[in-house]
Amino acid sequence: MKNKVLGITISTITALSATMIVLSVIAIMAEIVIGGWSTMTWEFLTAAPKGGMTEGGIFPAIIGTFLLVIIMSMVGVPIGTITAIYLSEYASSMSKLARTIRFAVNTLAGVPAIVFGLFGLGFFVQFVGSGIDNVTNGGVKLQWGQPNILWASLTMALLTLPVVIVSVEEAIKNVPRELREASLALGATKLQTIVKIVLPNSITGILTGGILAVSRGAGEVAPILFTGAAYFLPHLPNALSDQFMELGYHIYIMSTQSPDVEATRGIQYATTLVLLLLTFLLNFSAIFLRYKLRTRAFR
Amino acid sequence: MEQTTTKISTSQLNLYYGEKHAIKDISLTIQSNKVTALIGPSGCGKSTFLRSLNRMNDLIDNVRITGTVTIDDVNIYDMNIDVVELRKKVGMIFQKSNPFPKSIYENVAYGPRINGIKEKIMLDEIVEKSLHQAALWDEVKDELHKSGLALSGGQQQRLCIARALAVNPDVLLMDEPASALDPISTTKIEELMYDLKQHYTIVIVTHNMQQAARVSDCTAFFYMGELIEYDATKTIFTMPKKKQTEDYITGRFG
Repeated sequence: MKNKVLGITISTITALSATMIVLSVIAIMAEIVIGGWSTMTWEFLTAAPKGGMTEGGIFPAIIGTFLLVIIMSMVGVPIGTITAIYLSEYASSMSKLARTIRFAVNTLAGVPAIVFGLFGLGFFVQFVGSGIDNVTNGGVKLQWGQPNILWASLTMALLTLPVVIVSVEEAIKNVPRELREASLALGATKLQTIVKIVLPNSITGILTGGILAVSRGAGEVAPILFTGAAYFLPHLPNALSDQFMELGYHIYIMSTQSPDVEATRGIQYATTLVLLLLTFLLNFSAIFLRYKLRTRAFR
Repeated sequence: MEQTTTKISTSQLNLYYGEKHAIKDISLTIQSNKVTALIGPSGCGKSTFLRSLNRMNDLIDNVRITGTVTIDDVNIYDMNIDVVELRKKVGMIFQKSNPFPKSIYENVAYGPRINGIKEKIMLDEIVEKSLHQAALWDEVKDELHKSGLALSGGQQQRLCIARALAVNPDVLLMDEPASALDPISTTKIEELMYDLKQHYTIVIVTHNMQQAARVSDCTAFFYMGELIEYDATKTIFTMPKKKQTEDYITGRFG
């Protein structure tokens, strides 16, 4: 009898916790959709902010977010892929170097985003950027030694590197050993085998890694806080040394720095909705790609 | 006694996986243009021995090898041997057919391509010749651009043979090439071996005693990493000298 009561109690508690999670997701989504729906117009998506940012749209922030994640992926995906190739194909799993790299990757994954932001400011903006300015014009003209989209993207690439490495490494491991052996037994070199057999068969994993990195990157604000995001820009960035507007950062300033927070309520909600939809879309494509990867016929 | 020439010869070959002594002091010679079968119970070292002939064991961590393997009088474990060149000369067919997830044509053209052959006409010619040699041409000539994985198991294995032949090897190592195939496909592979030995030296690992008796000229019996007996196949199967060999081929163990 006692056991039966205990069983019922536990199943009730677990069911309640599970329901709570579903309910919070629904509540968050409902809140955002209800709050932002009326502001979500075609103009909102295609116009720049105006009227002291209490009216108009978020077009520069959407473009800025896209540029950020594109530059970030162009840097992060190749470096992450090459690292994953090194870890899975070249380094012996017991070697000190491989273990050090793995430790570094895991540590990188656990570093708080704001620390990346501060690192980006100290390293990219003040050290590398000012260094370039000093060499090119004696530090007279401030061009690279200030926050810009390049430094923000590099900082973000660093943050998302572990995601890329882990997902590419997993994809490479999924390439059957038999295929590598077949290639090597035909007199292919290790490099030929990697380029012609291993990478083409892990391309979906590389894409998945890229997309996961992008959706992670699109949702982070802290790393770009000091390294390139702008409060408001009347024009789109047209050089790597320009600052940019970004969706997450836009939400942050709208809700904390705006002179008239109440007037921007609708914009805050609608911007959040756009960011969420973007992230969902990216995550969904990652899931879809991984599904295709798993069901791919290797036999 | 017919004229024979030595193709491969091993001398006091030992192989260790870490602490495990997997093959022990093996010295044997393999004749050109003959089929040599390696038989023995699972784990006896016959596959390991086969893989030491094209240095596929190099891919495994913790392997240590002593002794020599000479092919055409060159020790393939010499410091200055190019493993890539060795593997072009010594082709390998695996137990599980492993076509690349590419078209039939691209599977066969893979080896020539990595050797730098780019001309379409030459590649076409090699692909057709290799598929002919592997007795697959007539079945696939109209669908060369179909995926290699779309073929049946037996066809896939012949595709792998064609792929190996396309790099023009001297020696073919076959690691239980028919163990996953149905009887008809197995017969095809066995007939193929008979044709192929005119031009190639074939070493085959097999679990199937009848197969060894049917296809091979010489047979080596391995047990617990040692070479127990090595002789003409006829002798091994009709009057083995060692009791262990007799017990194994008559099915008393293994």
